[in-house]
Amino acid sequence: MTINSNSRVKQRLSVREQDARIAWLLVTPSLLVILGVTLWPIISTFVLSFFVAPTGINQVRTFVGFGNYLEMLRDPAFWETIKRTLYFTAVSVGLELILGLAIAQLIHSRPWGWKFLRFSLIIPWAVPTIVNGAMWRWIYSADFGALNGILFQLGLIEHYVPWLTLSGAAMNLVILADLWHTVPFVALILQAALAALPEELNEAAAVDGANAFQRFWHIRLPLLRPAILVALIIRTVEAFRVFDIVYIITSGGPASKTITISYLTYLYSFSYGKQGTGAALSFLISICTIILAILYIRFLYRPEETQS
Amino acid sequence: MRTMYKITLFALTLLFVVGAVGCAPQQAAGPVTIHVLTMDQAGLKPAEIDQIARDFEAQNPDIKVVMEYLGYDFIHDKITTGMAAKPPAYDAAMIDVIWPDEFIKAGYLLDVTDRVTPEMKEGIFPAAWNGVSRNGKVYGMPWLMDVKYFMYNKDMLQQAGFNEPPKTWEELVEQAKVIKEQGIAEFPITWSWNQKEGVVCDYAVLLFGNGGAFVDASGKPAFNDEKGVEALTWMKQTVEDGLTNPSAVSSDEMAVEADFLAGKSAFAVNWLFQYSDSNDPSKSQVVGQVAFAPMPVFKAGADAGIKGSSVDGSSSFAIMATTPYPDQTWKFLAYLASNEVQIKHSAQMLPIWKADFEGDALAKLEAATPANPVTVPAFLAQFPYANERPTVPYYNEASAALQLAIQEALTGVKSPKDALDAAAAKWIELAGQ
Repeated sequence: MTINSNSRVKQRLSVREQDARIAWLLVTPSLLVILGVTLWPIISTFVLSFFVAPTGINQVRTFVGFGNYLEMLRDPAFWETIKRTLYFTAVSVGLELILGLAIAQLIHSRPWGWKFLRFSLIIPWAVPTIVNGAMWRWIYSADFGALNGILFQLGLIEHYVPWLTLSGAAMNLVILADLWHTVPFVALILQAALAALPEELNEAAAVDGANAFQRFWHIRLPLLRPAILVALIIRTVEAFRVFDIVYIITSGGPASKTITISYLTYLYSFSYGKQGTGAALSFLISICTIILAILYIRFLYRPEETQS
Repeated sequence: MRTMYKITLFALTLLFVVGAVGCAPQQAAGPVTIHVLTMDQAGLKPAEIDQIARDFEAQNPDIKVVMEYLGYDFIHDKITTGMAAKPPAYDAAMIDVIWPDEFIKAGYLLDVTDRVTPEMKEGIFPAAWNGVSRNGKVYGMPWLMDVKYFMYNKDMLQQAGFNEPPKTWEELVEQAKVIKEQGIAEFPITWSWNQKEGVVCDYAVLLFGNGGAFVDASGKPAFNDEKGVEALTWMKQTVEDGLTNPSAVSSDEMAVEADFLAGKSAFAVNWLFQYSDSNDPSKSQVVGQVAFAPMPVFKAGADAGIKGSSVDGSSSFAIMATTPYPDQTWKFLAYLASNEVQIKHSAQMLPIWKADFEGDALAKLEAATPANPVTVPAFLAQFPYANERPTVPYYNEASAALQLAIQEALTGVKSPKDALDAAAAKWIELAGQ
C-alpha cells in the first residue's frame, strides 16, 4: 500500500515536471519577445539617461552621470510641467471616478433603455485617442466649432470664443475631451463589479431601515473598493503619461500651458535631438507613476477584501 | 507524453525558422521600391505628387515610388524617428530650409554634390541651392521656392471704400478698423500664430519689416531689441483691438486658409497654396475676390529704406544617408525637380528654374495654368525680400523658445520685452552648449 502510494506520488511529480517543462517551452518565445521589446529598451534607455546623446548617426555620447536628471530637476519649467501634469491627472481621474460611479450605479439600477446605455458607452471608449483628439479640436474651433455654435444658439455667448487660446481654459478643455473618452472605461469596470456584489447584504440593510444613500455609502462603496483601486491605478498611470490628446488638440499651447511631462519628453527626444535628457525624463515619469501606484495600494488595498 | 513533447518541439522549431526567414533582409527581386516623405500643406497636393510618381514609374519600370504625406508640423520628428531604423523608413524626405544644419550634423543627409549636373547648378535659382548647400557641399535637390505672401479680399476693401491695399502695417490697421466698424468682417486680419513654426515665420515678416533681425553681425540674438519688441507689441495690440482674429493664437496655416476662404477676414499672410485654393469653388467662398499685394512694412522701416519684407519658406528633397537605393532615389528627385514637371504643375508651386522667368519663357510660364498670370508677378515681386531664419543646428529648440515668448506676450503671461529677453537668453544658452 505504502509502496503503491509512493510510486503514485513519484508519477504525479514527474507528470507535473513534464507539464512544467512544456509550459516553459511554450512561454519561452513570448518571454523572449517581451525581453526584446520591453526589458532591453528599458535598460538601454536607462543607460542613455546618463549621457549627453545627440540624435543622429554615429554621434559621440558624453557620460554626464546624473547631469541630465539634475538639469531637469533644477529647471523651473520642468516643475511647472509636473504641476500641470498632476493637475490634469487629479482632475481627470477624480471626475472619471465620480462620473463613472454615477453611470455604473445608473446602469445597475436597470432603468428603461439600460442595455442601450451600456452599449453606447463602448463607442467613445472604442474611438482611438487620436481620432477623439481631432474631433474635439474641431468642436473647440473658434470659427467653425460645434461648442461655439451651440452656446451661440442658446444665447449663452454673444461672440464666438477662441477657446484654445485661453491660457486658463485650455487644459480644462483637454480634460473634458479626455473625460469623454475615458469615463466609459471606469463606468464599465465599476458596473461589472456592482453586478457581482451579493444582493443579500443590500436587501438586509433595506429591511433594517437603511435608505438608498446609506446602502450605497456603507455597503456598496466599501465592497467596490478593489474595483475602484484597479480603475484608479490604471487611469492614474495613463493620465500621468498623457500625450496624444494634448499633441492633437493644442500642441502644448497656448504659451506651453498644456505641455505635460510626456509631451516635454517627446520634445527633448525627437524635436530638440537631446535623447539623454529625454531618457532621463522618461525615468522621472516612471518614478512618479510608481510612487502614485504605491500610494494607492498603501491607502486603498485591503488583502482581506480581495480574498473574499 | 513524449510524443506530445516532440510535437511541441517541432512546432517551436518551425515557428523560429519561419520567423527567422521573415526577419531576414529582403533580396531585391523585380522593381526597387523607394519611400518618400513629404508634406500635405504648401506646394503640390498629394494627388498631383502621386501623379508625378506614376508618370516617373511609367518611364522607369525598375523603380516603384511610395509617397507618404503628413502635415508640415509632423515632418521633422517623423524624419528623426524614421532614421532610427535600418534601413531608414524613408529613402528621401522633404527638408525645410531651417533643418539642413541639424540634419547634416546628425549625419542624416547624403552628400549629393557629385550628382548635381552643371545644367542643374546653373539653371536653378541660387537661393534654392542655398537651402541645401553648406561648406561647398550639396545635400539635396531643391523642390519648392516659397515665401509668405500678403493676400487681401478685393471685394471687402472696395466695400469699405478702399481702392488700394495697405503699403504699411499702420495703413493696414486703419483699413482694418474701418472694415470692422462697417461690420464687413468681425476680425479683418488672420495669421498663423499657434505655438509652432508658423508664428516664427509671421514674426519674421514683421521683424524684418521693422528694420529688425533675428541675430546681429556677431550672431548674438537681436530680436529682443527695440525693433523686435515693437513688432511683438504691435501683434498683441491688433489682437486686443479685435483686428486680428483672436483664434490666430491657436491657428496654423491651414486654419488661416479656412478662415480667409470662408470670407471671414479681409487680410491674410500665408504661403502660395492659399491663392490657388481661393479660386477652387469646392473650398472657397471668395472665388475671384483674392489678390496679392507686396507684404506691408512698418512706417519706421519704410522710412529707413526697407522696401519689402517676407520670410523664406523654401524646401528641398534630401536623400537619407543610409538608404540602400541612393541612385534610384536621386533619379526620382531629379525628375521631381525637372523643368518639365515643375512647369506642368506650376499652379500650386512656381518653378525653381531661373530661365522660366526670363524672356519668352516667362510668357510660356504665365500661360501654363490659369493661376500663373497672378502668381508669377507676385512671386517676382515678393521673393527678393525673403529673409532667412537663423541657420544653426539647434534651430528647433531656439525656435521653440521664441514661439513660447510670442505666445506668452500674446496671451498676457509676460510683457513683450520680458518674453523676448527670456527667449534671447535661451538662444545664448543653446549657442554655448
